[in-house]
Amino acid sequence: MNNTANLLLLLVVMLNFFILGSSRLGSNIRTIAIQGGMISLLPVLAHGFSNHTIFLAVAAFLLKGIAIPYLLFRAVRQVHIGREIEPLFGYVPTLILGTLATAASFIFSDRLPLIAEHSQTLFVPVGLATLATGFLLLITRRKAINQVIGYLIFENGIFIFGMLLTEAMPLMVESGVLLDLLVAVFIMVIVMHQIKREFSTINIDQLTSLKE
Amino acid sequence: MENNLITLLLLIPFSGVLLALVLPSNRFRPWLLPIVSMMHLALTFLIIQAGPLSAANGWLGVDALSRLILLIISLLFCGCSFYALGYLRYRLSWGNRVFVSCLLLFLFAMSLATISRHLGILWVAVETTTLASAPLIYFNRNRLSIEATWKYLLLSSVGIALAMLGILFIAYAGLTEGGHVSLQFDDILQGAASFSRPWLRAGFVFLLVGFGTKVGFAPLHTWKPDAYGEAPGVVGALLAGGLTSVAFLALLRTLQIMDAASEAVLAREAFLAMGLISMAFAAVFVVRQPDFKRMLAYSSVEHMGIIAIGVSMGGIATYGAMLHLMNNAMTKGVLFLSSANIHRRFGSKRMDEVRGAITLVPFSSILFLLGFIAITGSPPFGPFISEFTILQGVFSGGHYVTGGLFLFFLAVIFIGMGTTVLSVVFGTPSENAGDKDYRETFATTGMPLLMLLIIFVLGVYLPDSIRQIFVDAAALLEVRA
Repeated sequence: MNNTANLLLLLVVMLNFFILGSSRLGSNIRTIAIQGGMISLLPVLAHGFSNHTIFLAVAAFLLKGIAIPYLLFRAVRQVHIGREIEPLFGYVPTLILGTLATAASFIFSDRLPLIAEHSQTLFVPVGLATLATGFLLLITRRKAINQVIGYLIFENGIFIFGMLLTEAMPLMVESGVLLDLLVAVFIMVIVMHQIKREFSTINIDQLTSLKE
Repeated sequence: MENNLITLLLLIPFSGVLLALVLPSNRFRPWLLPIVSMMHLALTFLIIQAGPLSAANGWLGVDALSRLILLIISLLFCGCSFYALGYLRYRLSWGNRVFVSCLLLFLFAMSLATISRHLGILWVAVETTTLASAPLIYFNRNRLSIEATWKYLLLSSVGIALAMLGILFIAYAGLTEGGHVSLQFDDILQGAASFSRPWLRAGFVFLLVGFGTKVGFAPLHTWKPDAYGEAPGVVGALLAGGLTSVAFLALLRTLQIMDAASEAVLAREAFLAMGLISMAFAAVFVVRQPDFKRMLAYSSVEHMGIIAIGVSMGGIATYGAMLHLMNNAMTKGVLFLSSANIHRRFGSKRMDEVRGAITLVPFSSILFLLGFIAITGSPPFGPFISEFTILQGVFSGGHYVTGGLFLFFLAVIFIGMGTTVLSVVFGTPSENAGDKDYRETFATTGMPLLMLLIIFVLGVYLPDSIRQIFVDAAALLEVRA
């Protein structure tokens, strides 16, 4: 079980790098769909089959693998967002920063006291690395939709870490968390429509009227 | 009977949301707000009298801190709901289905957050407050409000995601000791003494940053001036008085966990640092602030800092901080609601375009002025008593440097805010500006007046039964050696 989970987690890290380096919006959305779909398998891989894990896996798959990417694709079509990313920094510096953050996550989680059954798994370092990737995207990307993608990767990182603790999270709370994520993305997409309508662009460097 | 109180507290606002979505009439829908809020307030009084409650396997419950915060949000929401009636009358043509249902959802989420005794539910409730309030900020539908909404939504969501990571870290801190993993608050408090330190401390930092973003501690406050400045006044009042109090409650829960784990010193130092930084930032930005609504946002940053400092000191200062939570919420209500009236009359919130408000909107201007006097800690209003109590705690604890800085920041902010407020209220008005047909109504001036009366009463006379609410809340934050 753990080997499959570790393999999957390594793939998640690869996808992180792919998004950091990719210049196409469409492929970025597809990548987070794949990443979301992959991590939704983790509950079952990490804890075996039970009502709780199956529900969580199905809900996460529907949400992260299908519903949210669909919302984003629809937004791209309706808002006529250009396909290029237009990062604030170049791709190479972002990739280097991403590599450093990933390395730091692995070193940091090595120093944290893990319980025996988790010490051979990659949940903690990959969770933290994914978190860092999302954060990096949030601060280096100029278009509103890429910030949403960054936020989603950030959330994926937390989801991966949360896999260690599924017993602590009752099903009701877990569903609340996922529902909140969906609504958040939904509202973000609506706001994006409005930004486009008001500013005829979704580059957030236009959003600079409010400052001291 | 007792569990019914908790159920009703959630059920009433939630049915309000559904009704608001279903009702077809823009004219009658806003009446849901005062109806729901009066029922909510009545329930809150019943809950306060009922003492400790618990429901749903201990996932929901009411302790002294819940009672205090519940009272704050219920009073504030009640005042704001009547004000919203008057406000929505100006905006009939815009439609208000989303606005009213989001306001009620906001009340529901805040109530849920105050009574949750499970960190997961607390998180879901706080995140729901963000989602419910984002459409409210955007109500004015212009470039500036959309920019503010975007920043608010993104920053709060990321902040709250960090808080989730903190919650997971704390759960893991329990797991490493081989204990049964639970996010139920009482279980955590019981087991905290044996939690793994590195995980617990890292979790605390994430929670402080995460919920601190919602509270608006500097330097995590950057969404605040934008959101408060662009949101309708009634939403600003609810954000500055209600949402911040709820988010602060989440921080106080974190503090309780750290106390139980004998990490009180570390946690309190962090609170003190956050508090001082927030006051310093507010002092820098409040001076020469040309926009009077943004000025109120910085004042909110300042007062969250003051409360954090009070909590960090312990003893009598913590009691002062509890008192200040109430005083700050009510005074922010007065300031935001009255400044919204001035804003509407002049069609501007910039100091150079708004002058001599007192001749055009006399009641609102006097309320604004009195609100300013109250918030800067002048007698005879409540914030004077609470700030003085905190200061007394700071000095009696021998923290002279903190006390000195505290006084210095208060003075700078008093002068900074004073310049803006006086220039807005006095002087010769530019007659041709703004909406000449605007008239002050009872709904839009009566409610801030009522809130002003509350802080006036809190400032001159505190009956023992009410005092007990604050004393009990502070007692939960005492460090037991």
